[in-house]
Amino acid sequence: MSQRRSLTRRAATLAVAAAVTAFAFAASAAPQPNASAPSTFTLANGLQVVVLPDHRTPVATQMVWYRVGAADETPGVSGLAHFLEHLMFKGTAKHPAGAFSKTVSRIGGSENAFTSTDYTAYFQRVPRDQLPTMMEMEADRMTGLVLTDDVVLPERNVVLEEFNQRVANSPDARLTEQVLAALYLNHPYGRPVIGWHQEIEKLNRADALAFYKRFYAPNNAILVIAGDVEADQVRTLAEKFYGPIPALPTIAPRLRPQEPTPAAQRTVTLADPRVEQPSLRRYYLVPSATTAKPGESAALDVLAQLLGSGTNSLLYRALVIDKAIAVSAQAWYHNTALDTTQFGVSATPRAGITFAQIEQAIDEVIADVAANGIKPDELERAKTLLVAEATYARDNQSTMTRWYGAALATGQTIGDIADWPNRVRAVTADDVRTAARTWLTKTRSVTGYLIKDAAPKSEEKRS
Amino acid sequence: MNAGILRIAATALAVAGSAWLVAPQAARATTIQRVISPGGIEAWLVQDATVPLVAMDLAFAGGVAQDPDGKPGVASMTAALIDEGAGDLDSQAFRERLDRRAIELNFSVTRDCFRVSLRTLKENRNEAFELLRMALVAPRFDREPLERIRTQVLSTLKKDSTSPNDIARKQWWATAFKNHPYGRPANGTLDSVPTIGADDLRGYVRRVLARDGLKIAVVGDIDAAALGALLDTTFGALPAKATLIPVPQVQPDAVGEKVTIGLDVPQTVIAFGGPGFARKDPDFMAAYVVNHIAGGGAFSSRLYREVREKRGLVYSVYDNLVWLKHAAAFYGGTATRADRAAETIALIEQELRRIAHDGPTEQELAEAKSYLKGSQMLSLDTSSKIASQLVQYQVDDLGIDYIDRRNGLIDAVTIADARRVAQRLFGGGLLMTVVGRTPSAAPTGN
Repeated sequence: MSQRRSLTRRAATLAVAAAVTAFAFAASAAPQPNASAPSTFTLANGLQVVVLPDHRTPVATQMVWYRVGAADETPGVSGLAHFLEHLMFKGTAKHPAGAFSKTVSRIGGSENAFTSTDYTAYFQRVPRDQLPTMMEMEADRMTGLVLTDDVVLPERNVVLEEFNQRVANSPDARLTEQVLAALYLNHPYGRPVIGWHQEIEKLNRADALAFYKRFYAPNNAILVIAGDVEADQVRTLAEKFYGPIPALPTIAPRLRPQEPTPAAQRTVTLADPRVEQPSLRRYYLVPSATTAKPGESAALDVLAQLLGSGTNSLLYRALVIDKAIAVSAQAWYHNTALDTTQFGVSATPRAGITFAQIEQAIDEVIADVAANGIKPDELERAKTLLVAEATYARDNQSTMTRWYGAALATGQTIGDIADWPNRVRAVTADDVRTAARTWLTKTRSVTGYLIKDAAPKSEEKRS
Repeated sequence: MNAGILRIAATALAVAGSAWLVAPQAARATTIQRVISPGGIEAWLVQDATVPLVAMDLAFAGGVAQDPDGKPGVASMTAALIDEGAGDLDSQAFRERLDRRAIELNFSVTRDCFRVSLRTLKENRNEAFELLRMALVAPRFDREPLERIRTQVLSTLKKDSTSPNDIARKQWWATAFKNHPYGRPANGTLDSVPTIGADDLRGYVRRVLARDGLKIAVVGDIDAAALGALLDTTFGALPAKATLIPVPQVQPDAVGEKVTIGLDVPQTVIAFGGPGFARKDPDFMAAYVVNHIAGGGAFSSRLYREVREKRGLVYSVYDNLVWLKHAAAFYGGTATRADRAAETIALIEQELRRIAHDGPTEQELAEAKSYLKGSQMLSLDTSSKIASQLVQYQVDDLGIDYIDRRNGLIDAVTIADARRVAQRLFGGGLLMTVVGRTPSAAPTGN
């Protein structure tokens, strides 16, 4: 569930901000007779350009992905990648504060941005004829950002309110933060994307500009253009607007400290007086689509689908229907990551049921898959559902753009993306059994418990 | 389901800039056919074979407002259970049939409608329509799924009982529409949900799921003839007429009041609103434009600029028009740290008073009109969204040509209209609910 780790600059008009459109696994457009195929090329300055034609309506989406996210921050300034994302809307010398957004708004377009552990992305969706204007303005802010404390300081308060809204007010989100921090002993994925509160409070203009100058460059970016466009048009426009920006020679390979071999099963308990419904979640350290051996990541996709997607999944059937000990049960696999990622399982116990009972039932389901594998019809069903996602995705320009951008920004290739349905089709029952046996072992995991804090209120910092 | 209820309102509705109206691609994407089946069932169809899928959206008049007195939650439970077994298929067998062909079938409720959305790959469409038919005409409501879903609903209600967002929203609607079906909690209460039985669900289906209140829109790779035949086989067996409980017309109440609820959370949540404009009101479009200027534009609104951008008080602040069949309102929300809640509340009140008094500027009006005219095609970016919007046009009784007329209606809004309507919309004060740490959350006098 990549949306968990993504933050969006604006909550738009909905009461609760949904971060990004759900896309839990990297699907792709399987080549279809009627569809124009995706294409890619790279400018001389290192900017990778991807074109995803979609001629249904005269609309185009521009999305620029920077290969920098929260996991690329220096320790001590957590939240900086996300803070900079907010500040990227504060204008340049050429297009002062508000001009870009006003241009988008005047034509009825939409725009936003989001930050994850591995990438930061900015997008606009506009009528096709406005695409050159959008490209000119987006290229301009790749290196032209101007920041003053007048705009930086109020925006830091906005981010602190975003922290309050997403994390501080939500016991669920606070537990997830703690579980991830425990899961990663060494890798920066253990730091929250939005940052730790006391570090967000101190982020400033100089930090933001230094980060910007270090990471925002054509040779550290991917430009994805989807919609009613052709590759040669896009190439001309990209050369014109992005081509003149010089490459930054100091862009370095993204080598983060890696996890040691996990040695101990861990648990984390978060108690909050507002918890009326206890819940449990377990995260396992597993390979991502980028780090996995061939076929291994697709097997984990299928395993997550089988174990915990929907009411016919193994966990739901065992815990919620057959044993009737849980209100809900899910599993997911966050496959799009540069480094070692997470496979998650969660359940909400029924009243009177202990966490131990829930965990025993989860362990039995996993042990059964690891020992005995899965039935052919269940394997087929899981694969059908996953492969269909690739077709459904083609109905949504935004989903397509995000799949391509996120996969490329985490080290996959266009070929990897296009081939994903085939890799899923190739998964065997034995692959799934091996994936469960290899990766879903308790020493690789942290289990988090959300419980009601019945004790009198202790000190809590008032932010 | 909660989210579905409040999100009825604010989709911007406009076709693209005029240059695109003549483009063949635009014509292909926005040509709406009226399909009447041999049996007389109507659907609006946008035929598009680019992606091999079919999306359908339905609305039955009814919704949460048709919950029996004293039993809030029946409509919502019906939506949650109607796909848990039908005909000779139990819950698991029904789900297997859907999953085997990756058919997506979802049921939900709004205050006025029972909504269905279906998405299927083209080659599975007959199976998809057949499973929908079974769910609508022969739902089982077996004991096991009923108890399972009841447990889930109660668990969610318990969870929501300490969520500041849910508390603020529910309190606002309960206060604004006291003693009216619109004031009831859509998902029921911890008291009502345990009393809901299979007979209540069957009764709801019998009363609400009928052909006379049914609106249908279809988008995707299917032609009119094939759709016509499927409409008859899918919906032909539904009763001809629904038996709806009359719902009285109502105005939001308690305008000018602030309801403060103590909850120990770092961030105070604020809901606000007041009376709005009926969809058929001749000033509706002017109100829509004015609301966009005040709080509707995600990036450009006065509330966004003053409350978020200039002062950094909040992450999100918004205001939407809400038009229901029997009431109209505007409704907005925000959240801010406890020690700045009073300041935030005062600022929102001040900004809305200011626009009520002075109206928008000429430039704001021009920019809002420009945005609203361009945004429709841009916001309708998937087959499912287009289908859903076309159903909403039908629910609102706007006519199949509305998409062509809409930009003219926006253009016709004058600055005098906008000023007059701003006064009517925001001049009457706010009903506000505030949930947070009590001492600092308690609003100061304004």
